[in-house]
Amino acid sequence: MTATTSIWKRLKKDKWLYILALPGILYFIIFRYIPMFGIVVAFQDFNPFLGFWKSPWVGFEHFKTLFTDPDFPMLFRNTLLISFYNLLFYFPVPIILALLINEVRNQVYKRIVQTCVYVPHFVSMVVIASITYVLLSSETGVINNILYSLTGKKIEFLTDPRWFRPLIIIQSIWKEAGWGTIIFLAALSNVDPTLYEAAIVDGATRWQQTWHITIPSIMSTVIILFILRLGHLLDTGFEQIFLMKNPINRSVAEVFDTYVYQVGVTQGAYSYSTAVGLFKSVVGLILIQVSNYLSKKFTETSLF
Amino acid sequence: MKQNKTVASTIFDVFNHVFLGIWAIITVLPFLYVLAASFAPDSEIKTRTFFIIPHNPTLLTYKFIFASNYFLRSMLNSVIITVGGTLVNLFFTFTMAYALSKKHFIGRSIVLNGVIFTMLFGGGMIPTYLLVKSLGLLNSYWALWLPGAISPFNFFVVKNFFQEMPQDLEDAARIDGCTEAQVLWKIILPLSKPIIATFALFYGVGHWNSWFGALLYINDAEKWPVQLILRQIVMLSTTLASDLTQFDPNFQPPQESLKMAIIVVATLPIMLLYPWLQKYFIKGMFIGSLKE
Repeated sequence: MTATTSIWKRLKKDKWLYILALPGILYFIIFRYIPMFGIVVAFQDFNPFLGFWKSPWVGFEHFKTLFTDPDFPMLFRNTLLISFYNLLFYFPVPIILALLINEVRNQVYKRIVQTCVYVPHFVSMVVIASITYVLLSSETGVINNILYSLTGKKIEFLTDPRWFRPLIIIQSIWKEAGWGTIIFLAALSNVDPTLYEAAIVDGATRWQQTWHITIPSIMSTVIILFILRLGHLLDTGFEQIFLMKNPINRSVAEVFDTYVYQVGVTQGAYSYSTAVGLFKSVVGLILIQVSNYLSKKFTETSLF
Repeated sequence: MKQNKTVASTIFDVFNHVFLGIWAIITVLPFLYVLAASFAPDSEIKTRTFFIIPHNPTLLTYKFIFASNYFLRSMLNSVIITVGGTLVNLFFTFTMAYALSKKHFIGRSIVLNGVIFTMLFGGGMIPTYLLVKSLGLLNSYWALWLPGAISPFNFFVVKNFFQEMPQDLEDAARIDGCTEAQVLWKIILPLSKPIIATFALFYGVGHWNSWFGALLYINDAEKWPVQLILRQIVMLSTTLASDLTQFDPNFQPPQESLKMAIIVVATLPIMLLYPWLQKYFIKGMFIGSLKE
């Protein structure tokens, strides 16, 4: 009895707090949790006219269809390869860039470089993709014009499947590598300057200072980001792929996310595409758990 | 830290400065080319390979797009989406973050864990689409504002900010007889101005740049934001044909420089804000990265 009255008293005393929290909590319930329950449509033959309650249940039918779908190996391969190439070619770039920027002693020059390389981060993916189109198009694109005047040949960058993956990676580097340096520069700015002074007294060269002080000091940030990235192995960046995809390069460009949109929204196969999305989310969740476990084990920092 | 100016060290410095300079130039060069080409006639874009100063500058394309009702409408839509969306974001994020920053909030850890879980798992595109549809939000800007009303990551940064605010200030105000509303309005809000500005920019840029929500939820092309128009014209090669006749019956807009000009206009607000943005974003990013 006393416990309930005291809770009631506390609620009453802080009623303002609960009124303030209410819109946010309702938001999370309605727009974040209800869609999680909406996943049931993956186990139904969802019919918009019958709704969640009356649509017939089909169990794992849609998952069986997915795993036997001839598109499935293609989707899996494309998703993993784009992610893997990003990890391999994109991931190290901001680290190297940050180390180089950190070595610039002239503050004005440093600021100018940083200001330039941050710009593309703030520009929308549509603008980035549009610029890619106008630069690379085979008729009027300036890069093909230069290629033509040099070699007499043009390259079908935008449609040739062989060019899709390199293009995506280069685009990512162009758009985000500069911005990605910020977190490492923040880590570098926290390094104790007395470490360098001591190293100089000991006669360490600049390279030795970098190797023994600078790099170890950002290593934990690097490892955490790497593990986070591993946890999102199936997230390829929907907007970028969606914008750069076309019917001709589909064999290398279609990934789980774009496929969900394709069959779900444009073809109205709600149940099947929800099943595809769910498969992706579950694998993603497992990857995050595994990453977190690895992180705890090797870096003694866990993400949650 | 200035020390042994060895030859190797000097060579490295020279190489490093040159390399970073080239990197910075390559990063902004495509933007400069698009800007230049937007002022050039199509013939120049087709014949000259690369330039950042047009030989025959013309304002024709800009005249055309600013005479186009369809295009102007999309700019206005983007402004409405950005302003409305940012206000929705700020309201939801800050009210909840303030309440949850209080340790004596009953059920606090349940709510916070509930938010963390949404960072790991979500319903996905189709269930969210079906929800928005069944709420009757299709074709309304609320479909662009509500589903992303709070970014969980931003929520945690703001919550931590409130948590570190000195509690004494509030207590003193209360002792002086301030009501809760007055404490919020007169003490908390003025102190939060910098972080409100930071997140207004964060959310605002997000809304200005977004287009996929509109593709998914807004069928009426009259309500589309400029980013979506840009995609239509550059990637799908549609034209602003409906506006041609009212501009001049015989006028054929230069296709290539029109694309360039629309890219420029869709990016312009961000570029105008950029010098100001940079200060705030870096601060915001540092807050975020240090708290992680």
